[in-house]
Amino acid sequence: MRRRKSLPLEKGFCAVTSDTPRPPPRRRLFGAWGRRELQGLFWQVLVVGIALAVIGFLWSNTVTNLSARRITTGFAFLGREAGMPIADSLLAYNPRDTYLWAFVVGVGNTLRVAVIGIVLATILGTLIGISRLSANWLLSRLAAVYVETLRDIPLLLQLLFWYVLMQALPAARAAWRPVEGMFLSNRGLILPAIPLGPPQLWVLGTAVFGLAVVYLIRRWLIVQQMRDGKPRPVWPFAVSFILALPVLVSVLLRVSWTIEWPELRGFNFVGGLTLAPEYFALLIALVTYTSAFIAEIVRSGIQSLPRGQWDAANALGLRRSFMLRQIILPQALRVIVPPMTSQYLNLTKNSSLAVAIGYQDVVSIANTTLNQTGQAIEAIALIMAVFLTISLSISFFMNWYNARIALVER
Amino acid sequence: MTAIADMPEVPRAARRPQTGNPALRWLRANLFSSIPNGILTVVLLAVLAKGIFSFVQWGIANAVWLTPANDSSACRAVRGLGACWAIIPEKYRFILFGTYPFDEQWRPALSVLLFIALFYLSTRRALWRRELVLLWVGALALISMLMWGGVLGLSFVSQDRWGGLPVTLILATFGLAFGFPLGILVALGRRSKLPAIRSLSVLYVELIRGVPLVSLLFMASVMFPLFMPSGFNIDKLLRAQIAIILFAGAYLAEVIRGGLQAVPRGQYEAADALGLSYWRKNRLIVLPQAIRHVIPPLVNTFIAFFKDTSLVLIIGIFDLLTTAKTAIIDPAWQQFSVEVYIFVAAIYFMFCFAMSRYSRGLEAASGR
Repeated sequence: MRRRKSLPLEKGFCAVTSDTPRPPPRRRLFGAWGRRELQGLFWQVLVVGIALAVIGFLWSNTVTNLSARRITTGFAFLGREAGMPIADSLLAYNPRDTYLWAFVVGVGNTLRVAVIGIVLATILGTLIGISRLSANWLLSRLAAVYVETLRDIPLLLQLLFWYVLMQALPAARAAWRPVEGMFLSNRGLILPAIPLGPPQLWVLGTAVFGLAVVYLIRRWLIVQQMRDGKPRPVWPFAVSFILALPVLVSVLLRVSWTIEWPELRGFNFVGGLTLAPEYFALLIALVTYTSAFIAEIVRSGIQSLPRGQWDAANALGLRRSFMLRQIILPQALRVIVPPMTSQYLNLTKNSSLAVAIGYQDVVSIANTTLNQTGQAIEAIALIMAVFLTISLSISFFMNWYNARIALVER
Repeated sequence: MTAIADMPEVPRAARRPQTGNPALRWLRANLFSSIPNGILTVVLLAVLAKGIFSFVQWGIANAVWLTPANDSSACRAVRGLGACWAIIPEKYRFILFGTYPFDEQWRPALSVLLFIALFYLSTRRALWRRELVLLWVGALALISMLMWGGVLGLSFVSQDRWGGLPVTLILATFGLAFGFPLGILVALGRRSKLPAIRSLSVLYVELIRGVPLVSLLFMASVMFPLFMPSGFNIDKLLRAQIAIILFAGAYLAEVIRGGLQAVPRGQYEAADALGLSYWRKNRLIVLPQAIRHVIPPLVNTFIAFFKDTSLVLIIGIFDLLTTAKTAIIDPAWQQFSVEVYIFVAAIYFMFCFAMSRYSRGLEAASGR
């Protein structure tokens, strides 16, 4: 065995410490646990204990109250006949259906307003946000006034305002016709529609398939370009797969695409696509209100880019559209996407204001159910479950998108 | 779009010769810098002129400003052509103060002024000291005394007769005053090293933020009696206030957490090195810095609460929006709701606009 060489330092070091005797280690109450750990444990036990006590108190009260009112807890009531009318719904419904189906119809209505609202608010908000940065003084001022006004008035007030305006529109007979085939009256907005049966849906399915193929082709083309540096246009593939292929299928299978024009018969309209006044008012209110917030996000996202990015792109002599698409937007998006996610969540949650004007979204239907059956806890739990699911899906999707566009750092 | 065309603003003066009338130069630079820009300006001007013209015609030229008490015939005559502003002098007492006893309405009016003074004083940087808390406690106590009465010879007014603007201000301000300490505790809890406290805070914040305020308010109005021992019940306004406090707490906690994250690590370590306890460390070192960081987003959150208090309409509490909606139930005036909504929107706008101006000023000051 080789003896380790003792370092000269070690000796001196020992000598110094041995001069001043170390104080005996502090006695610890519970083995290795120090004061800090004990304090932590104490606080945790205290807080959890209080939380449990409060929940237990509320729970026992609730159980007593429910049994006093002869309400049986549980979700069995969902199987019973709902008997409530739903005037305007995406999914087929009649009052003899169950509560469960009424809820599903409500979720459908919420999603109908939220999804279309998100798309329209994003488009409008982006346009206004860009307008605020316009070199045209008038346009940028107008955009600023729009943002400032809509942001500073409660959404519910705006919603009531739009709804009152809808109701003040002329009756169906005297409906406004801004464009041929489009009617605006107190029955809502009526648009021409194309009836979609299975054959038409198949053709649309082909277009979606074409879109997926073009996406893959585009990725492959970019890989090719990375290899030899030659740009390859993607538009011939896009035209052939997204447009030509569905048209071909449609011609071959003789799918008819007749437009159904709405017409006035008696006191109401027949045919076409009807947006009920409640839905239309809710959609307008949500879109205009949220677009004001989105406009600010887009504006600050674009402004957050250092000036050098614009200068560099200009110095390279890039065309303006190319510069925006390839240099500015990809960087601005990184700043824009996270706050945009919370705006989408806000829009979805705000769609619950529908209850104030009688559009039957999930909150409104849950509220009616609650009044009819007294199943308060279950109804609120269902609302929470629906909104938590929607919120989590939106955050999940946006986080995925955010991770995709995030800066890849070495 | 011609938008973005000149981002960032290139100093135009350098490009164009500095000749001619300065006003013309300004016009040329800002409105007619290129042909598409010029066309855009003309189109916008045309649309704007038409909009302003029809609004002036409806809102001023054809409008009815005053009518004899409770007589809307003059308004009916111009319906569709002109606005009926006469409904405002007719109904403003009800819209602003609800069913508060008519002769005592100076009390809610004074409370509104006190609220405004409180907000104004809170924006003064020189007053950002510990004493501000005392000021808030004192002002809120004074306002409660004025509204309830029952002391100093003031007659007692129960809170189910309160209504209008004071209720909106009470819901928003008390929501902030109680939600703020709650938010601080939850934000600290969410950053705590103790797993049980951290997960409770996360659960609270995510549950509240995940659902719409409407469903929380429903819960407060419908489920609260179920939660309490039988026979025990508290007033509807207080229940809505509790819901708003819980809601505010969750959102404020997230804002404050952002501030806590912005405090450099060295500050925590320095406080630990001084041997400060957890609470003293946070109270003296961390929180003052964290909160200063997030004052602009805090003001924005407060604007959002102020607007969100209008949701209590759905559970039938008489805030400003509900009194406005109730005022137009009167059959004689039913058709003139647009005018009332514009009036109320102007009140909300003034409060929110003042706050957002203030928050913008703060941001600009901190950016310098």
